[in-house]
Amino acid sequence: MSGKVVDTLAKATPPRLARKFKGLSDRAIAWIFVAPTIFLLLAINIFPLIWTIRLSFTNFRVNRVNADVKWVGLRNYERILSDPDIWQTMQATAHFLFWTLFFQVLIGFALAYLINKKFKGNDLWTTIIVFPMMLSPAVVGNFWTFLYQPQIGLFNYVVSFFSGVDPSSFSMIGSVDLAPWAIVIVDTWMWTPFVMLICLAGLRSIPDSIYEAAECDRASKWRQFWTITIPMVLPFLMLAVLFRGIENFKMFDLVVQLTGGGPGSITELTSINLKREAFEKWRTGYASAYAVILFVTIFGLASIYVKALNKVKER
Amino acid sequence: MSGFSVTEPSKRQKWIAGILVITYAVVTLMPLLWIIATGFKSPEDSISYPPKVIFQPTLEGYVNLFTTQTRITPNMKDTLAEPDSWYEQIVRDKNMVIAGPSRYGQRFLNSVIIGFGSTFLSIFLGTLAAYAFSRFKVPIKDDLLFFILSTRMMPPIAVAIPIFLMYRQLGLSDTHLGMILLYTAVNLSLSVWLLKGFIDEIPLEYEEAALIDGYTRFQAFYKVVLPQAATGIASTAIFCLIFAWNEYAFAVLLTSGEAQTAPPFIPTIIGVGGQDWPAVAAGATIFLIPVMIFTIFLRKHLLRGITFGAVRK
Repeated sequence: MSGKVVDTLAKATPPRLARKFKGLSDRAIAWIFVAPTIFLLLAINIFPLIWTIRLSFTNFRVNRVNADVKWVGLRNYERILSDPDIWQTMQATAHFLFWTLFFQVLIGFALAYLINKKFKGNDLWTTIIVFPMMLSPAVVGNFWTFLYQPQIGLFNYVVSFFSGVDPSSFSMIGSVDLAPWAIVIVDTWMWTPFVMLICLAGLRSIPDSIYEAAECDRASKWRQFWTITIPMVLPFLMLAVLFRGIENFKMFDLVVQLTGGGPGSITELTSINLKREAFEKWRTGYASAYAVILFVTIFGLASIYVKALNKVKER
Repeated sequence: MSGFSVTEPSKRQKWIAGILVITYAVVTLMPLLWIIATGFKSPEDSISYPPKVIFQPTLEGYVNLFTTQTRITPNMKDTLAEPDSWYEQIVRDKNMVIAGPSRYGQRFLNSVIIGFGSTFLSIFLGTLAAYAFSRFKVPIKDDLLFFILSTRMMPPIAVAIPIFLMYRQLGLSDTHLGMILLYTAVNLSLSVWLLKGFIDEIPLEYEEAALIDGYTRFQAFYKVVLPQAATGIASTAIFCLIFAWNEYAFAVLLTSGEAQTAPPFIPTIIGVGGQDWPAVAAGATIFLIPVMIFTIFLRKHLLRGITFGAVRK
């Protein structure tokens, strides 16, 4: 398959460029340059994906290699879609997705707006703010469990310092009510700079002349904000939401280190749930069907979203 | 810029904006500073209430991180010779002796090998592919590029099942090579997209001039295009390195001993009687500091890197 793709690719090379100088033709070069990438992606991404799809129609289990592998048709899919536990994890994921996006967009935009006031040293502070998102989520997530310790944790201490609540009276990751917010807080801490950077690019892309024209028309600052700033930044903001949305739908490392899905299964996001099915219960066929459903969901939602994004851009 | 501009914020606005942003930066930096500080605390100080901001710094956490230790009885302690290094002294003061090195050094080295190996490969392959995509007309170019990007949308756990099976068959599970190939495949989406953007920005005229001067296309590629794209290649490389460095899901599922990297290892550091937080913090500090330094180098291309080249400044 890859050979064919690259062949058509090479044939389409315009004749002007395809002229032979010394050595290889451009066609051959295009072939040689693209083939390894396509080959590696086919081997390590597409082949496994096809394998997952195949497994999803069977009752295969990795820990029972000698057992009969039976073709079960769509049964895995039926069982997943009718399983209330899965809907519970979907709900946990939706809660996580909605609130992380909400806070990150709100704080990220506000920060970008303030940084765009171009105060002295804004570059330095922007770089400092960006640090959290560049770090390893697993390592940082693990350390946050220390900050969240009742009594001795820094987080609990700071909260009690400002609110007067006893720091040992609440446990962010041990309580059913607080744990969903504990993961939202850390994810927001980590990824707000991402939204901020993209918003900042949006704000900086607005030419001064538009504001100057609005000023001539005596438009109030408030009106300028809603009719110029927001619409011009919107495509950027939507792009940031797309990236964060995809990442958080797949969220695994940070949350698995923070709460491990607990207490109970209150913060068990889909990826954590999938890991449990695939690598702890070893229900390989079932987990494969689950993986296919997740991938199709992400891909589907992202495609619809990109269409909407393009519409906003065209306006 | 002239003296008066309607778009220039007033002095007062700048002050307020500055104070708010700096406040946020200080708050957001607290957890990171706390990690670094905890690394230099004694285990007792690290779990004191109220949390200690001022403390007697010690390297105990770092010594615990890199060594395994055995407890000795006071009698036995008297029979031993005086410790001949500062770290043995620290351990001896707690009635312990060093039994050997811990596995952290090995795990860190694995991170370095896998990180640099996969970065080199994804930059090598990515540059070639990006050049081809940028310079040659390709009929289904957009589809191919979108296919490359879409590989990034897959949840790692979803592809981990067949990769786990495949690697077991090929003898690649828990090997450096296996992890390098895997991270290369994941990083290719980033490197192809970013590098294509950087190469697109190099004017075609340079190469055409070189070709007319009698260079072959290969020569034009590595004597003209590569030097021009050097900054772009370097920043793309740092992004790939940071991804491989931070990756956790594949590492925890596909490696256990030989090729395990630091992220799955650091949370498993356990001291005597509960998690040894200074040692964990020490491990995290050593692991996180290089990324912070790289971030400073990257700041001009940061935006481009995190959006796969979709947003350019």
